[in-house]
Amino acid sequence: MYQPIHELTDAYRRADLTPTAVAEAYLARIDALDGRLGAYLTVVRDEALAAARESELRWRAGAPLGPLDGAPVALKDVLCTRGVRTTCGSKMLESFVPPYDATVVERLRAAGAVILGKTNMDEFAMGSSTEHSAFHPTRNPWDLARVPGGSSGGSAAAVAGGLAAGGFGSDTGGSIRQPAAFCGVVGMKPTYGRVSRYGLVALASSLDQVGPFARDVRDAALLLGAVAGHDRRDATCIQAPVPDYGAELSKGVAGLTLGLPDEYFIDGMDPDVERAMESRTRAAGFGAEVKRRIMLGTYALSAGYYDAYYGKAQSVRTLVRREFAAAFARVDLIVAPTTPNVAFKHGEKEDPLSMYLNDVFTIPGNLAGIPGISVPCGFSVTGLPIGLQVLGRPLDEPRLLRAAYAYEQATPWRSRRPELT
Amino acid sequence: MIERTDVEHVARLTRLALTEAELERMREQLNSILAHLDTLRAVDTEGVEPTSHAVDVVNVMREDEVEPCFPQDAMLANAPDRSGELFRVPRILED
Repeated sequence: MYQPIHELTDAYRRADLTPTAVAEAYLARIDALDGRLGAYLTVVRDEALAAARESELRWRAGAPLGPLDGAPVALKDVLCTRGVRTTCGSKMLESFVPPYDATVVERLRAAGAVILGKTNMDEFAMGSSTEHSAFHPTRNPWDLARVPGGSSGGSAAAVAGGLAAGGFGSDTGGSIRQPAAFCGVVGMKPTYGRVSRYGLVALASSLDQVGPFARDVRDAALLLGAVAGHDRRDATCIQAPVPDYGAELSKGVAGLTLGLPDEYFIDGMDPDVERAMESRTRAAGFGAEVKRRIMLGTYALSAGYYDAYYGKAQSVRTLVRREFAAAFARVDLIVAPTTPNVAFKHGEKEDPLSMYLNDVFTIPGNLAGIPGISVPCGFSVTGLPIGLQVLGRPLDEPRLLRAAYAYEQATPWRSRRPELT
Repeated sequence: MIERTDVEHVARLTRLALTEAELERMREQLNSILAHLDTLRAVDTEGVEPTSHAVDVVNVMREDEVEPCFPQDAMLANAPDRSGELFRVPRILED
């Protein structure tokens, strides 16, 4: 259950494995383990098996749709899926069944991917622990007492626990990279505009970006390649052609300049990280974190406070962009920790501010719109995964992936598995 | 500092119907979060243009063509309440 997608499809090609057998194995593992893990909100067994059977016919005919044909994937429940309920982790949307697919979902189906189900998340993606789902918390496969990170914690836990071969999430301030780091998998936030947001329920429209979770960097490249590219239904989607990310990986890192920013090595960091590197009412329908953000947003945008908070923050955002641009004039990539600490325990961060500050290393990338990836870079003394973050220039996903791949191939972290039985 | 009256005012605007205990906890938490946001004030932003969008995209245009759209029934299927062809929602403005 821990084979990356590119190994699965190699096995399909040799007819050593079939997409149906693999989908059945994943569904059986979800049945056996997800009661404890809580990674999924909805499992679409029949649809998954039907998609796997079609994939199997294509492989048998020697005509697969591409490198994702027959790959079992999990989608964060913030991405609209036609005919399959999409809750955003909220009671408010408990029975919402979208009449259309998000562009990402449409492209995954066209690539032959087998969608296993929809994964848990903090309500409306507001959170960093997946404790704020209205349905149930998700647990970290490495230690069930700990959070998987968030807000895309369900997809991260599913990939880390072998309940999906790959997954998708959304990253507004770190919601892909932080759970990837906490769960010991690869997670990538592309450049803002690289992937269409059509059908992605918005958290903060100028920051949101969809991206993959993967067992290794090669899979991340393949998953990104399948969904990236212009979409006329999202006016902020970039027109630039999509490189063959998989082909980039082997180009190596010779000649690349890496920068380690002092700002990311702060006091108070976990020493392990440092060492490693409707008839419903609104009151009943929304959870505590969502209410808090509605209150905070309403206050900060109300008369007399708009300039002091929102206006000021937008000017500071300009300064953040300028600092990254200045740094990228001197270096090709920035290397830093993904998070200041390893996965914390359920209920440990009751103070909302301490939860927000957990995203302090990932949010700047969203403000600047640049791409970032988190790759496993070791374990704490307590056996919890640690993530290394690589940030790059806008649309420089190829160099980002090359560096992440070179690091991954030179280190042993990928071979370690959580003890989930 | 946010006063209790500010919290009550914002709570009314948002129609969240917070309980007494929630209002008090909200006052404490909002004050702690806003105190942290005050670090922004120390940053010199004199003459700095605001950024609302990290990617420079200007006036994305397309041909104004008639295209098929979703059937009305499909779009109304998720309405908690409907009135003929319309979504029916709670009144938010006074008469």
